[in-house]
Amino acid sequence: MWKDLDMDVERFDKMRLMLGEIFEKTYLSQKNRPAGMAYFDNMIAELHGGRIKELLAAKEEGRPVIGTFCVYIPEEIVLAAGGVCVGLCGGSQGSVPDAEKILPRNICPMVKSAFGFKAGRICPYFQVLDFVYGETTCDAKKKTWEILDEMVPTHVMEIPQMKNQTDQEMWLAEVKAFKTKVESFSGKEVTIEDMRRATRTMNNKRKALQRLNTLRHTNPTPISGKDVLLIEQIAFYDEPIRFAREVNELCDELEKRIADNVAIPSKNAARIMVAGVPMALPNWKLHNLVEGAGAVIVNEESCIGTRYYKDLMDENAEDMETILQNLTSRYMQIDCSCFTPNNERIDQVLREYKESGAQGIIHYSLQFCHTYNIEEIRIRQACEREGIPYMFIESDYSPEDVGQLQTRVEAFLEQIGE
Amino acid sequence: MYVGVDLGSRTIKVAAWQDGRMVDHKLQESGFEPHEQAREMIKAYSPRHVIATGYGRHLAHEHFADGVITEIKAHAMGIHTMLPEATTVVDIGGQDSKVIALNVKGQVTNFQMNDKCAAGTGRFLEIMATSLAYPLGDFGPAALASEQEIQINSMCTVFAESEVISMKNRGIPRQHIARAVHSSVADRIIAMLGRIGFGELIAFSGGVANNPCIVQMVRMRLENVQVVVPENPSLIGALGAAIEAARRGGQV
Repeated sequence: MWKDLDMDVERFDKMRLMLGEIFEKTYLSQKNRPAGMAYFDNMIAELHGGRIKELLAAKEEGRPVIGTFCVYIPEEIVLAAGGVCVGLCGGSQGSVPDAEKILPRNICPMVKSAFGFKAGRICPYFQVLDFVYGETTCDAKKKTWEILDEMVPTHVMEIPQMKNQTDQEMWLAEVKAFKTKVESFSGKEVTIEDMRRATRTMNNKRKALQRLNTLRHTNPTPISGKDVLLIEQIAFYDEPIRFAREVNELCDELEKRIADNVAIPSKNAARIMVAGVPMALPNWKLHNLVEGAGAVIVNEESCIGTRYYKDLMDENAEDMETILQNLTSRYMQIDCSCFTPNNERIDQVLREYKESGAQGIIHYSLQFCHTYNIEEIRIRQACEREGIPYMFIESDYSPEDVGQLQTRVEAFLEQIGE
Repeated sequence: MYVGVDLGSRTIKVAAWQDGRMVDHKLQESGFEPHEQAREMIKAYSPRHVIATGYGRHLAHEHFADGVITEIKAHAMGIHTMLPEATTVVDIGGQDSKVIALNVKGQVTNFQMNDKCAAGTGRFLEIMATSLAYPLGDFGPAALASEQEIQINSMCTVFAESEVISMKNRGIPRQHIARAVHSSVADRIIAMLGRIGFGELIAFSGGVANNPCIVQMVRMRLENVQVVVPENPSLIGALGAAIEAARRGGQV
């Protein structure tokens, strides 16, 4: 199968082996995990197996498989057209050297990692998909699409940078253009019934994640931050109906755990909230450090986190124009730092801090992510104003700063403990 | 006896604490198996409780120490004991530079620490001293003796070294370049202080506090602020750990 997909099989095998080892060390070594995590562990095992076969089967049926990098790409439309959306890999140091053969070094590690997976032919998702849908949320991405397009068809959806009336109109036009594009690939016109069905599916998936997030806010928390992050990461790969069912089953188990007072990891562990950039699979660096130091992460204010599932949309619009308008408004509520001004995000961070019962916030940014790195100033000011213990970490995927980060994380926990 | 051991990136420091005061201390360059070396260094004390800090703290904990605290807390505790009035600590060691804000009880309220690179650390000064062929102990005094103000623009160790080499090759006397190197480190400390904020008494700890030029330059850049270097600034982390050992061991 891998040869047919034109992969660099030797390197791919090495990467898979490494991922397996890291996963075992980071995840399977945790004690007292919920039994429901078995499904998600298996998803990681099947990440480079069963799930790829499912995608190939979907393609056989003529359903388009679309790769994305961003929570702004409207999944509802892809689902309505019978297509499959997959979030592309971008959280590993392993593919960065492949990217640096072509791209400049001083750009975002997530962009480099994702690009490197294609350039090195070591990500089967990239090899399976029909096309990539990029967006214009940052400069590194939007210019990389031009280079990526030479290797895989890459379309770009323009995301406005402000939230004025003209931006809304432009965005609606972009959403419509996206729909036309997806329809042209699937060879079928999307009906209002298709859209309602897809909206229901996505709402149910987002509701399941909301439920999980609410349950983990319980003190003491019934599930580790690492495990929730894993589920939030898998949300971008898995079949949405099955995924929502599994998340809900896990939530049933967590409710029982809460009733039985089963906690992870220890009852007096410091509770930390993470805010900032997405942690793409398999970026578990910060969670591993924080939970390794005896604390627990109880919230991710991030695209791979609440930013993906905090907003739902109306499922019952009468006509296509209305549902597309609703969809545009729903996606416009996403508070990415690419927007200016972006006061909604400051309020959202404070709201999630209160809801999660955290004792401190770690703002996490990737190196060279200018918008999050600069917006961090306003998040810090808000935390100072509210008296919230706060720390800022800027890092990438390499292990070179782990020693210093460990010291900083432990010192932050000591500070909270005093 | 209560012992604090600071396994730093360049040296291992030990402080022994009894009846509310430091009764002994040691400092050695760290070798290949720092935990073995540290264990050897504290053997004679037969300590009741040992707290480790510094880069090797977890390794020491695995092998012999009873507990760990971070360097940040250790320096805060050490300084608070020696200079209770200080509400700001600048600690520059071999691999890290830190600015720590304390409350009146000596607890950490905020801190800044470099993470991705060696800029502005003891290691940076060492590399620059080597590049200019100074023994480390002469580097600060030589820079202090120069009166020429020139500027190094890069704070990256690698790029700063190229800048230093190009200055050498333009015929600039080495003591002037040495001064520029020190200036760049002092500017970085001031920038970190600016981000955290600081009180009227700043304590300067860590190995780089032994460098008279850095201390002088930091003083010159601040108005109405006292910058104090405690006796044996390299030992502050070990001292803080020893005090924590006494606290946890039941003897404050």
